[in-house]
Amino acid sequence: MSELTEKKEKKEKIPRQPMPEQEPKVRAKNFMEVPLGYTPEMAVKEAKRCLQCKKPSCVEGCPVNVDIPGFIRHIKEGDFTRAIRNLWSKNSLPAVCGRVCPQEIQCEGVCILGKKDDPVAIGNLERFAADWERAHGTGALPPKADPTGKKVAVVGSGPSGLTVAGDLIVKGHDVTILEAFHKPGGVLVYGIPEFRLPKEIVAQEIHFLERLGVQVECNAVVGRTVTLDELFEQGYNAVYIGVGAGLPRFLNIPGENLVGILSANEYLTRANLMKAYLFPEVDTPIPRGKNVIVLGGGNVAMDSARTALRLGADSVRIVYRRSKTELPARAAEVHHAEEEGIEFFFLTNPVRYLGNDKGRLTGMECLKMELGEPDASGRRRPVPIEGSEFNLECDLVVVAVGSGANPLLTSSTPEMNLNKWGYIVTDPETGKTTKKGVWAGGDIVTGAATVILAMGAGRKAADSIHKYLTWGW
Amino acid sequence: MFQIVKREEMSGGTVILNEIEAPLIARKAKPGQFVILKANETGERIPLTMAETDPEKGTITVIYMVVGKSTALFKTLQVGDGYQDVIGPLGKPTHLEKVGTVVCVGGGTGIAVLHPITRGLKEAGNRIITIIGARSKDLLILEERMRAVSDELHPCTDDGSYGHHGFVTDVLKKILDTQKVDQVVAIGPVPMMKFVSKITKEYQVPTIVSLNPIMVDGTGMCGGCRVSIGGKNKFACVDGPEFDGHLVDYDELMLRLAAYCEEEKRCYEDYCRMEESLS
Ligand SMILES: Cc1cc2nc3c(=O)[nH]c(=O)nc-3n(C[C@H](O)[C@H](O)[C@H](O)COP(=O)(O)OP(=O)(O)OC[C@H]3O[C@@H](n4cnc5c(N)ncnc54)[C@H](O)[C@@H]3O)c2cc1C
Ligand SMILES: Cc1cc2nc3c(=O)[nH]c(=O)nc-3n(C[C@H](O)[C@H](O)[C@H](O)COP(=O)(O)OP(=O)(O)OC[C@H]3O[C@@H](n4cnc5c(N)ncnc54)[C@H](O)[C@@H]3O)c2cc1C
Ligand code: SF4
Ligand code: SF4
Ligand code: FES
Repeated sequence: MSELTEKKEKKEKIPRQPMPEQEPKVRAKNFMEVPLGYTPEMAVKEAKRCLQCKKPSCVEGCPVNVDIPGFIRHIKEGDFTRAIRNLWSKNSLPAVCGRVCPQEIQCEGVCILGKKDDPVAIGNLERFAADWERAHGTGALPPKADPTGKKVAVVGSGPSGLTVAGDLIVKGHDVTILEAFHKPGGVLVYGIPEFRLPKEIVAQEIHFLERLGVQVECNAVVGRTVTLDELFEQGYNAVYIGVGAGLPRFLNIPGENLVGILSANEYLTRANLMKAYLFPEVDTPIPRGKNVIVLGGGNVAMDSARTALRLGADSVRIVYRRSKTELPARAAEVHHAEEEGIEFFFLTNPVRYLGNDKGRLTGMECLKMELGEPDASGRRRPVPIEGSEFNLECDLVVVAVGSGANPLLTSSTPEMNLNKWGYIVTDPETGKTTKKGVWAGGDIVTGAATVILAMGAGRKAADSIHKYLTWGW
Repeated sequence: MFQIVKREEMSGGTVILNEIEAPLIARKAKPGQFVILKANETGERIPLTMAETDPEKGTITVIYMVVGKSTALFKTLQVGDGYQDVIGPLGKPTHLEKVGTVVCVGGGTGIAVLHPITRGLKEAGNRIITIIGARSKDLLILEERMRAVSDELHPCTDDGSYGHHGFVTDVLKKILDTQKVDQVVAIGPVPMMKFVSKITKEYQVPTIVSLNPIMVDGTGMCGGCRVSIGGKNKFACVDGPEFDGHLVDYDELMLRLAAYCEEEKRCYEDYCRMEESLS
C-alpha cells in the first residue's frame, strides 16, 4: 500500500465493520448460526481501526491477556496464519471465544477507541482468524515434547477441561478426559445452542485434541462409574476437575412441578445435545410451547427464549425481576433476542404457577417490582409492589434463574474442601485443591461464570500440574 | 459399543432381557441402581434398572417392557449388536439390612427391578415373603428366580389365569392381618405402589418404593426427574430412585409421566408403520 493511500485512510475514519447476520425473520425459524462472519476484506478493514496502542488496555480487559494488538496487526497485514498462531499462544479456543465472550465488559469494554467511538470488534476478528484457519489452514499439529510417562485424568470436557488437556498433551503427558455425557464439550454442546455456536466447531476442537493424542472417554460419571481414588489406583498421577456448575435452580414457588415447567438445563439439553428440535427424526421429544415464558436474564435465558421461538412458539416472553440495565446476558444476545421479537417483562417476579386438572401449566401469577436499596452485589434490590398481581397465560415455562454445584462427585471425595455453597476450594494461583494431586477450575470453583474464565483457570492449573509432574507437589 | 451377549424374550415378546458387556459398571453396581442406555446416534437416553450384574464376566443384565419407540428399537437389537452408550451405575443403592420379615411386592416389569433387591434382602438375613402380579399368566415374569430368593411366593393375576385371582394388594392385606411384617418393598406401576403404600400406612409398616420418572441425564443436572417427597422436591436419579412410600406424591408423578404422551405416541406409531412397511 502506498504511503499516500494509507494517510488518506487514516484521515477518513473507518466505521466499525458491522457483522453480516441472517435476517431476524428468517433466522427465528431456523437453527443456523445468526452472525455469518467477516469476509477477509471486512476483517482487514476492521483491523485497520486498531490504534496498536503501546499500553493496550484491551489486553488487560481480556481474562487470559490475548495479545490483541499483535493478532490484529497480523490480520491487517493479511497474514491470517500468524494471527491465529498468536491467538493460540494465549487462547486454545478462539473460534468459541470470538463468538461467546461478553466482549463489551471485557476486551472491547476497555478498548481506547470505545471512549469516543465504537471499540474495535475484537471478538469478530478473533472469530474471523479462527474460522479462516479451519477453512484454509493446514491443520498441522503443534510440536509435542517427549513422553514423560506421567498420566493425567481430566474430569469434565467443558472449556476448562479441554484447555487443561490441550496444554498438558503438548508437554508430553498422557491425558485422558472423562466425561459423564455421551458426547464431549460441556456447556458448549449441551447448553449453548447451534445458532450461536455451531456444534461442528466444538467437534473439530475435540478432534484436534484427539489427533494430538488426548483420549476422550465418554459415559464416565466420576464419583459413580469410577471414583477419584480409583483413578489414582489406576496409575493416574494427577487429576483435574472441571465438572462445571450443573445443578439447576428452581424458584420453589407453588405449582413448580406442573407439566410444562422445565429447567433451562433440561430444555437446552433436549434441544442441543439430544437434537430434539429434529423430533421425530431423533427419538428425544421436547415440549413445543405456544406461549412460552422464560424466567431469568442471563445468557441461559436468552438461549432458551430464542430456542423456543425456533421451535415454533407463537409468543416468547422473558420475565426478569430487575430492570434492563441489570440484564447479565451478553449485549449482543439481548439485541438479537429483541430483534427476533422476544418480549421482555422487566421488574416482574413470578409468585406461583397456575395449572389445570390434568396437572398441566396454564399460566403464571406475577408481581410488579420496583428498585429499592442496593444489595450485597451492589445492584438495587427489586422489591414487590403490593397489590400489583397479574396473570400471564403460558403453556411452557423455562426456568433459567441460575445454577449451583452438583454434589455428585464432590460428595464422594470428603478430603476435598468445599465452600458453603458446595463449590471446590482451590488456591487461586495454581488451582490446587486440598486433596493431594487434585486440581480444579472453571464453574465448579467460581460458580457459573464464562467460557474464557473457565479456560483461564484451566491454563493456570495445567501449568501447576506440569510443575508438579516435573518437580513434585 | 456395549455388546449384547445374551438375549431372551419373555411374556410373549413384550418383555426383553439383555445381558450387556459393561465391565466398569458391572464392577461397581449394587442392587437398586440403574443405567441409562442409548441405542444409536439419534436415540433417546432410557433409564433401566440392573436386574443382575456379573463382575467377573463384566456384564450387566436389564429386563425391560416394550412400551414405546425407544424400547421397541431396543427390542430389535440381537446378540452381537450393541448399545452405543451405557452410563452408570446411577442412583442410590438399596439400603440392605436385617429387619426381620420383609414383604416384597412386584408388578409387571417392576418384578425385574425387585429381583436383585429381594436377593440382597434375603442375603442380609431377612425372611422374605414375595407377592408378584401381572394382568395374566403369560405376562408374569421371573417367577422361578423370585421363588429362589424368597421364603414364600404368592403369584397373582388380574384375570385369574394363575395364582391368586386379583390384585397384589389383596394378598398383602391378608399377610399384614395375620403376621408381623417389619418392612414392605413395592416396585411396579405407579397406581400399584400408591395403593400398597396406602395400605401399609394404615398398618404402619415402613415401605420402600422405587420411582421411575422421566429422566435425561441421570446425574442431577436437569431436574426433569423431580418428585415430591413429603412436600419437598427430590431428584429421583440422585436422591433415589427409592423413597419412603408413605411420603410420595403419586398423583403428581403419574401426571408428570404423561408429559410427553402425545409426542411419544406419534413417534411410536410412525416407527411401527415404518417397521411394518419394511417387513
Ligand atoms: C446456556 C448457556 C449459555 C452460556 N452462554 C455463555 C456465553 O455466551 N459466554 C460465556 O462466556 N459463557 C456462557 N455460558 C457459561 C459457560 O458456558 C460456562 O461458564 C463454561 O462452560 C464453564 O466451563 P467448565 O469447563 O467449568 O464446565 P462445563 O462447560 O459446565 O463442563 C463440565 C463438563 O463436566 C461434565 N461432568 C459433570 N460432572 C461430571 C462427573 N461427575 N464426571 C464426569 N464428567 C462430569 C459435564 O457433563 C460437562 O460436560 C453459558 C452457559 C450456559 C449454560
Ligand atoms: C430409574 C428407572 C428405572 C427403570 N427401570 C426399568 C426397568 O428395569 N424395566 C422397564 O421395563 N422399565 C424401566 N423403567 C422405565 C423405562 O425407562 C421406560 O419404560 C422407557 O423410558 C420408555 O421409553 P419408550 O421410548 O420405549 O416409551 P415412551 O414412548 O417414552 O413411553 C411409552 C409410555 O410409557 C410412559 N413412560 C415414559 N417414560 C416412562 C418412564 N420413565 N417410566 C414409566 N413410564 C414411562 C409414557 O407415558 C408412555 O405412556 C425405568 C425408569 C426409571 C426412571
Ligand atoms: S478471549 Fe474473549 S475477552 Fe479475550 S480477547 Fe478474545 S474475545 Fe476478548
Ligand atoms: S485498546 Fe483498542 S485500539 Fe488499542 S490496541 Fe486494543 S484494540 Fe487496538
Ligand atoms: S434425570 Fe436429570 S436430574 Fe435426574
